[in-house]
Amino acid sequence: MLTTQPNNPALHIDAEGNYDLDSHFKQLRSQKRLYTFIGLAVLGAALFFSLWFANETNSGKFLDRLPHLFDFVGDMVPRDGWEVWRALFDLPSPYFDGSLQYNYPEGRVYITQNIYVPEYIYKMVETLNIAILSTLIGFIFGFLLCFLAASNLTTKRWLRFTVRRILEVLRAFPEIVIAGFFLAIFSLGPIPAIIAVSIHTIGALGKMFFEVVENADMKPDEGLRAAGGNWIERVWFGIVPQILPNFLSYALLRLEINVRASTILGAVGAGGIGEVLRLSISRGHEAKTLAIILILFSTIVCVDQLSAYLRKRIVGNQAFEFGA
Amino acid sequence: MNASAMNLSAKMLSPADVLAIKERHPAAFERSLVKRFSVVLCVAVVALYAVYVSWFFAIGKVVSEGNWDIAGTYLADWVSYEVRPDIDFRTGEIVVEFPKFSPLGSNPDPEWITTKSGTVTVKEKSNDDMTQSKPVSSGSFMAPDASSGGAELSFMAPSSTATNMGSNEASSKARDSNLVSTQKEGINQAEIVFSKTAQIIVTPSVVTLVNGAESVVLDVDPLDETVEARGALPEWALQKREGEKIFVNYGFAGRAEVRAKEVKIMRRFFGWENFFFDTNSHYWGKPFSEVASLAISGERIFEGRSNVSLMLDNFLNNAEWQHGDVYIKLLQTIVMAFVGTLFAVVIAFPLSFVAARNITPNRFLNQIFKRFFDFLRSVDMLIWALFFTRAFGPGPLAGISAIFFTDTGTFGKLYSEALENIDDKQREGVRSVGASPAAVQRFGVVPQVLPVFASQALYFWESNTRSATIIGAVGAGGIGLKLWEAMRTNQDWENVFYMVILILIVIFVFDSASNALRSRLIGKQQS
Repeated sequence: MLTTQPNNPALHIDAEGNYDLDSHFKQLRSQKRLYTFIGLAVLGAALFFSLWFANETNSGKFLDRLPHLFDFVGDMVPRDGWEVWRALFDLPSPYFDGSLQYNYPEGRVYITQNIYVPEYIYKMVETLNIAILSTLIGFIFGFLLCFLAASNLTTKRWLRFTVRRILEVLRAFPEIVIAGFFLAIFSLGPIPAIIAVSIHTIGALGKMFFEVVENADMKPDEGLRAAGGNWIERVWFGIVPQILPNFLSYALLRLEINVRASTILGAVGAGGIGEVLRLSISRGHEAKTLAIILILFSTIVCVDQLSAYLRKRIVGNQAFEFGA
Repeated sequence: MNASAMNLSAKMLSPADVLAIKERHPAAFERSLVKRFSVVLCVAVVALYAVYVSWFFAIGKVVSEGNWDIAGTYLADWVSYEVRPDIDFRTGEIVVEFPKFSPLGSNPDPEWITTKSGTVTVKEKSNDDMTQSKPVSSGSFMAPDASSGGAELSFMAPSSTATNMGSNEASSKARDSNLVSTQKEGINQAEIVFSKTAQIIVTPSVVTLVNGAESVVLDVDPLDETVEARGALPEWALQKREGEKIFVNYGFAGRAEVRAKEVKIMRRFFGWENFFFDTNSHYWGKPFSEVASLAISGERIFEGRSNVSLMLDNFLNNAEWQHGDVYIKLLQTIVMAFVGTLFAVVIAFPLSFVAARNITPNRFLNQIFKRFFDFLRSVDMLIWALFFTRAFGPGPLAGISAIFFTDTGTFGKLYSEALENIDDKQREGVRSVGASPAAVQRFGVVPQVLPVFASQALYFWESNTRSATIIGAVGAGGIGLKLWEAMRTNQDWENVFYMVILILIVIFVFDSASNALRSRLIGKQQS
């Protein structure tokens, strides 16, 4: 409410007691401009400092290294176009000189005497299995935990609080440390990656799941409660049918993320396609690198497309709204 | 109450009613086979897949072969440290030696090691007998360093040297004759206290292990190189082969290895050792009050340099914890996520207007940009990181570029999808008053999408801080590599834990900041 006290500049009331819209608008606009300017200035200063810091602490300076930006393209030119396919399917190369660089058949994984799986396809399957298995584990445990973290289903505050904090820690704990710890126990192999990605997935899916559960329609739950259903029956018949599509959608989204995560963990020693990619790039095996990038790229595109298609079928366009 | 229950039962359906309903709506009662068994089917598929992957990864074998004993030690290392003195008695006199970089400093005298002095008999081999005594000791059955080749030589070729044929008794006589014994003053007993009930008492010939009510006496012979227990060993002591070293396990309090010539002590203490100042610092080992008074009012330790600056320098350059380096690396990780995300937003923002088909009515351009975004996104962050590490050398520039490239794709996709879902009325309104195309975008589109865009950027800023930790390990700068190196040595788990705590703090702070800003931008319901 505006008081009609005359000559109050703070309320933009002039000497005659009229509200002066124009001056108020101008003042608000200049205030907003000032805030925008301050915000941008802070952002700019932070950016400037960050860039300077990154350049200072980098092993090569940005401008010195810029001409080398596309060095890797030169490293990746194969000797002929067929080399990539030979590397991908482990066929013998005409350039074979005894070195590892052109020794494609060496990596073959034989199933029977004559039938083999090409190395990189096998490794890709390994990475995919890491991702699928850890998504599955994350889904199962996230599913079990999320109802305990939802405020509409769990009335005990301490239980909800504990479960939420556990999920948060599982989500935020750096995957690389879990992987490194289990690498020390199991030595090299994919199991540490499975454990690391699973633990992160439990936390991430658990958080998304309980938010879905909290938004669920409670009418079926009330009905079951009135009919004398116990807690598990209420959850299973009242809540689960309405939230399952969203759960599946989130799990598929997680699968996309987990394929990438298990590739990266592979590069630090946890097996799969990431490891061979890192080795191949550092050794400068151009055809092998190209073959791996080809298979990795196409797998990621396929997984993304498949997941997008399935999500669209499960929950419709809602799957692509922000927050997913 | 009774009446209402009666009423309810009266309203209940009779079997005939149920049949009638079934007849009217058969579909509601007979669900398809797939639907009825969907739960069983899902469980079966998951179980089958579990069997397949456990075969594929040989999970059972790997888990059973895992080095589980060491896992406990590594976990204990996160929050505790070991001090490892050697109690050496090979000459007959006890010498307590600490490794060069012991956490107790250069001249340690901990109270959990007590020594007693007395007369000791020091046996030394006379120089001219060295050559003769050597084959004798290798002829001994229990010598741990006697290889099978050596044993074969001495038994299969008895004619080589006469002394090699000697029995243990004969050789020990021969050995005694080669030794020069001298009596002198020295330490003849050392007691190492692990806890109130667990001790190890070392004398040059006998080591006594005490653990609660149990105790065991071990005879050690530095010259014969044998360790033998009088009586059966308890559960907490382990001898893998007869006559060789005995492993003693006192749980969290520590471990020990009783060898023929020395006892290796690994005594564990809770906490992070020398967290603030390392043993070379002037502030090392001083209580907090003294450090504080030195900092505020004390005499200058070095001429021309304030105590506070020395303290800061000592702290940041702590040799064990490397605080300075850790903070720089952590800042690199934060910077990588910040700059990478910011650049990605700045580039993706205009490009998404071209990719959105309701804003740029050119299908060809839309498709080109959308596929370009897909490409950037699908070439994994790892691949970008590896390439930019090659281009820029290891460091944050590679990390920034990797995050920038991947996220330009992600933001481009998300932003163009958001633009395609905007409300057209505002654009029409702005256009209808004769605004230029640029003004239409500025006042008809941007106000609608800006909060969503900013919110997405903040969300990814937080999640990129996490990703930046991981890609650092492949050389793209930041704390990832430092973490990875600390883990690879298997020695510095306490440093790993320290860095993990720092990362967790950063992530929690960013998470809360990003959530708070986002809920201000687009309302509370988004989390």
